[in-house]
Amino acid sequence: MDLIVQGIIKAFELIISFDPEVMGITWLSLKISGTATFISLFIGVSIGTAVALNNFYGKRLVISLINTGMGLPPVVVGLFVTMLIWRSGPFGFLEILYTPYAMIVAQAIIATPIVMGISLAAIQNLPPNLRLQILSLGASRLQMVWVLIKEARLPLLAAVMAGFGGVISEIGASIMVGGNIKGYSRVLTTATVMETGKGNFDIAIALGIILLLVAFTINALLTQIQQRQHPR
Amino acid sequence: MKVFRNTKVIVTLLIASLLFVFGISNVFAAKAAPRQKNIILATTTSTQDSGLLDVLLPIFEKKTGYFVKTISVGSGQAMKMGERGEADVMLVHSPDAEKKFIADGFGVNRQLVMHNDFVVLGPAADPAKIKGVKSSSEAMKMIAQTGALFLSRGDNSGTHSQEKKLWKNAGIKPEGQKWYQETGLGMGQTLNVASEKQGYTLADRGTYLAMKKSLSLAILVEGDAALLNIYHVMEVNSAKWPKANAPGAKAFADFMVSRKTQEIIKTFGVDKYGSPLFFPDAGKKVEDLGK
Repeated sequence: MDLIVQGIIKAFELIISFDPEVMGITWLSLKISGTATFISLFIGVSIGTAVALNNFYGKRLVISLINTGMGLPPVVVGLFVTMLIWRSGPFGFLEILYTPYAMIVAQAIIATPIVMGISLAAIQNLPPNLRLQILSLGASRLQMVWVLIKEARLPLLAAVMAGFGGVISEIGASIMVGGNIKGYSRVLTTATVMETGKGNFDIAIALGIILLLVAFTINALLTQIQQRQHPR
Repeated sequence: MKVFRNTKVIVTLLIASLLFVFGISNVFAAKAAPRQKNIILATTTSTQDSGLLDVLLPIFEKKTGYFVKTISVGSGQAMKMGERGEADVMLVHSPDAEKKFIADGFGVNRQLVMHNDFVVLGPAADPAKIKGVKSSSEAMKMIAQTGALFLSRGDNSGTHSQEKKLWKNAGIKPEGQKWYQETGLGMGQTLNVASEKQGYTLADRGTYLAMKKSLSLAILVEGDAALLNIYHVMEVNSAKWPKANAPGAKAFADFMVSRKTQEIIKTFGVDKYGSPLFFPDAGKKVEDLGK
């Protein structure tokens, strides 16, 4: 019990004193996971929408695959990304192993199916006649898609939150492709594991609390945007 | 009006996201040195968990302009990385495996850096009554006979190989026994597990001293010649792996055995723990250690 109290006190100390190392780690976590979520947003929403709006042979199989991807184990992603970007791997020439870029790639791969699955469901959930109505009002196909995406913004923002929440709290892939290098690729989750290993439980707890605070702040902001306009 | 507000939300989101992307590229651009500036150092968890590298690396980077990417894993995995050419230089403590690594042509220029020693740790209650036993293999035998819980790293690290050697000296096969558990974790985490479960374990003195405050484990056996823990630095064979950063690896190895670094190693930890965590050995012979 002492330890937890100590940890909480330490967390506030680190936050209030703007400890440069902890701030750097927090900021890097935000940047890496934010960028990864942003990339996954583009790929996820566009493919999700495309699959939702088109009928083709094997559509159910594709949807099953996307839904399975929502539960993609991060360590498996980490393993495959590592093998691909090894010096001896097919993308070794990029030399991005143990860099924040590799972490962005891995996290984007983890977040994309999550965003894709939720946006697919969101678009499919819109009343089917809405499309016909929009088109009959003279909209082009692209305009129709845009209106549909805007119509589905509530679940789409939920998709962003789910994707971001998934990657900022992720550790397996981050430590494998990032390497937990001090001041360079060390993020909140990998630092927490390392400090636990070192027996610095107070700092580990503090980092955990900061991670929760960050996740809460981001989600509160997104929820604010999401809930600003009440659904009809 | 509604359309306007929607657009505003989307534009805000877009701008925020763009800021992320640009922010990230700016910060990394400052750090992204030319490719040969990066050195991948594969090392053991003990050098990182004890805090030694946190002291040495900034000095090295400032002096040479290289950027060291430390990947701290077990010695076994570190050498596996070297075998694949995924690391440039290794700082490890698994002498037998190192000799094989060099003999197989994966590494060059193996140099003695420092040593400390392993200690057998256990609960203060000491159910196997090994406290003060001089011979480490005798102590291992007593643990096995009592069937007292022993926590092994189980990860092919330097400490794990050393532990296996001690069991072999004692003529015992611990794998699969009920009292023998493998954590598969680093040194720090294994110490936490041993402390929590009140079991015996083998650890390097450096990591133990650095973590002592949060552990309820005591040193029970120490000082046996079989418990010597020796660290070497090795460069990856660049003839085999042309992509490896050979000049960087050499610079790092030279740095580790330089007089100044050896002085730092000698005093590292004294102010905090009352005794040094490592003893510098550059230029010495392995046979002369611990005498």
